[in-house]
Amino acid sequence: MSISHAPPGPREPDISEISKQGTQHGSQQGPRQGADLDLTPIAPASSRRTRVPRSLRRTTGPLLLLALWQLLSTTGVLTPDVLASPGRIAQVGWDLIADGSLPGAIGTSLRRVAGGLLLGTVIGVGLALASGLFRVGEDLVDAPVQMLRTVPFVGLIPLFIIWFGIGEAPKIAIITLGVTFPLYLNVYAGIRGVDAQLIEAGESLGLSRWGLVRHVVLPGALPGALTGLRYSLGIAWLALVFAEQVNADSGIGFLMVQARDFLRTDVIVVCLIVYAFLGLLADFVVRTLERLLLQWRPTFTGR
Amino acid sequence: MATDVHRPVIPSPEATGAVGSAQAVHVEGLTRSFDGRAVIDDLRLDVRPGEFVALLGRSGCGKSTLLRILAGLDRDIRGTVLVPRRKAVAFQAPRLMPWKKVWRNVLLGLPGKPQRAVADQALEEVGLSHRSDAWPKTLSGGEAQRASLARALVREPDLLLLDEPFGALDALTRIKAQRLVGELWQRRGCAVLLVTHDVEEAVLLADRVLVMDDGVIAHEQTVDLDRPRDITDPRFAELRAGLLERLGVDTAAEAA
Ligand SMILES: Nc1ncnc2c1ncn2[C@@H]1O[C@H](COP(=O)(O)OP(=O)(O)O)[C@@H](O)[C@H]1O
Ligand SMILES: [Mg+2]
Repeated sequence: MSISHAPPGPREPDISEISKQGTQHGSQQGPRQGADLDLTPIAPASSRRTRVPRSLRRTTGPLLLLALWQLLSTTGVLTPDVLASPGRIAQVGWDLIADGSLPGAIGTSLRRVAGGLLLGTVIGVGLALASGLFRVGEDLVDAPVQMLRTVPFVGLIPLFIIWFGIGEAPKIAIITLGVTFPLYLNVYAGIRGVDAQLIEAGESLGLSRWGLVRHVVLPGALPGALTGLRYSLGIAWLALVFAEQVNADSGIGFLMVQARDFLRTDVIVVCLIVYAFLGLLADFVVRTLERLLLQWRPTFTGR
Repeated sequence: MATDVHRPVIPSPEATGAVGSAQAVHVEGLTRSFDGRAVIDDLRLDVRPGEFVALLGRSGCGKSTLLRILAGLDRDIRGTVLVPRRKAVAFQAPRLMPWKKVWRNVLLGLPGKPQRAVADQALEEVGLSHRSDAWPKTLSGGEAQRASLARALVREPDLLLLDEPFGALDALTRIKAQRLVGELWQRRGCAVLLVTHDVEEAVLLADRVLVMDDGVIAHEQTVDLDRPRDITDPRFAELRAGLLERLGVDTAAEAA
């Protein structure tokens, strides 16, 4: 901190008042002897811990839920046209993998997400760099982006279909749009949030403008960028679901739409599980990136 | 080139070449205003090469502002400011880049492609070579401050600017850090401008103590005690009392 703290003015009155209070207090109460104190033991945390491993305890809940579901299905309380039984879902899932329709659909959907993510990252980060690093860029870019951001991107699907037809383009465009804004906002905020004191320190070390950007601004914006990436991945899946359910002839969303028409709740649940796993996978990727890139953070807790 | 040694922060015709290398810092008629209020007002300051100068003054009197101007970080000024080309700053907070290992922090901004050994040598000098490969977040306050000092020293400055570098340290660490700065200064022989609010620290380390007030150097005190200095020396106490009085602190109570 560059703000200095010289010693404040004379403190005499304060101190003498406190010490006066102290002596009054002492003379009224008198020193207490330890004999009449009620002591309670502070047990070490380890001795109170149960013996069941944490991982086991954490899986118990979901397993119980699964068992209950199976029970409701076999007793006929839960009919297949409402929700298929876990056993049935496993069977159908296996069949879908075996006949190649599920891997094919996942491949198609992954390609769409990857395409949208790539485009959205390039555009979002590019715009954020332009407006974060240059005054002119900020004036030109920030206001329009902040305005566009308020438009719900799924609302643009009809327009995109008119513009891009019904092929891959509108789907990738909708994912791109969904991904761009969270990345833009977080990278921009990350750049602007870099500690001014560190920038000043960099200047005092003789860094050039580009050196400052490379060694101070960009690394400082990295946590924000990764937060943006995490949001973007979440939104990418959401955008995928929307894009594929509106019109598609392939992909996971298409499988679901088809299943809906034939009341196949088992296939729908399989697709939902796939979505969930892909989401988990994306989260894992971001976590790994954070572990690799953010080891320096004081708040970093991974190892 | 003689003029190369001194780079004017603001070019002024009579400055170039007029002052030889007899001075490490030459400031004349310096004024810096914030929103029309002059924090530094027609200030004059000279520091000889190799001289250790301490700058005292109440909080908010403009010490850090002056230091930032000398460091070339603030150029909204009027007047003449001549400083060596090679200068380095250590701030109250260590200001290490948290995303760079300690040794990379030390080398940051050095021209060319310096080897790690250069950093390690500077870290050795401040007794921190064993932490060369650590992340800044794992350093203690004193270690971080020493790393910051190593980062300043590795630039081999002719002028070292220190803005309350010990302000955030605990009492014991501060004593060690003060001793370290004293040793480094004697070894390096660079001019030092130390901003501090600790009168004892100023008298302990400096050749000359300046008191800043009302935007100018209001008082100057040469300290001609032998080094290493002894704070129990009565002459030390006398100097200290005189400076405290200058700063508006009643010393009668303290002497008791
Ligand atoms: N960027 C700034 N904008 C406005 N006022 C400032 C700024 N920097 C410093 N000041 C003012 O200048 C005065 C001197 O500040 P500073 O040099 O930090 O004092 P100190 O002697 O405690 O280091 C203070 O009154 C402070 O409020
Ligand atoms: Mg200050």
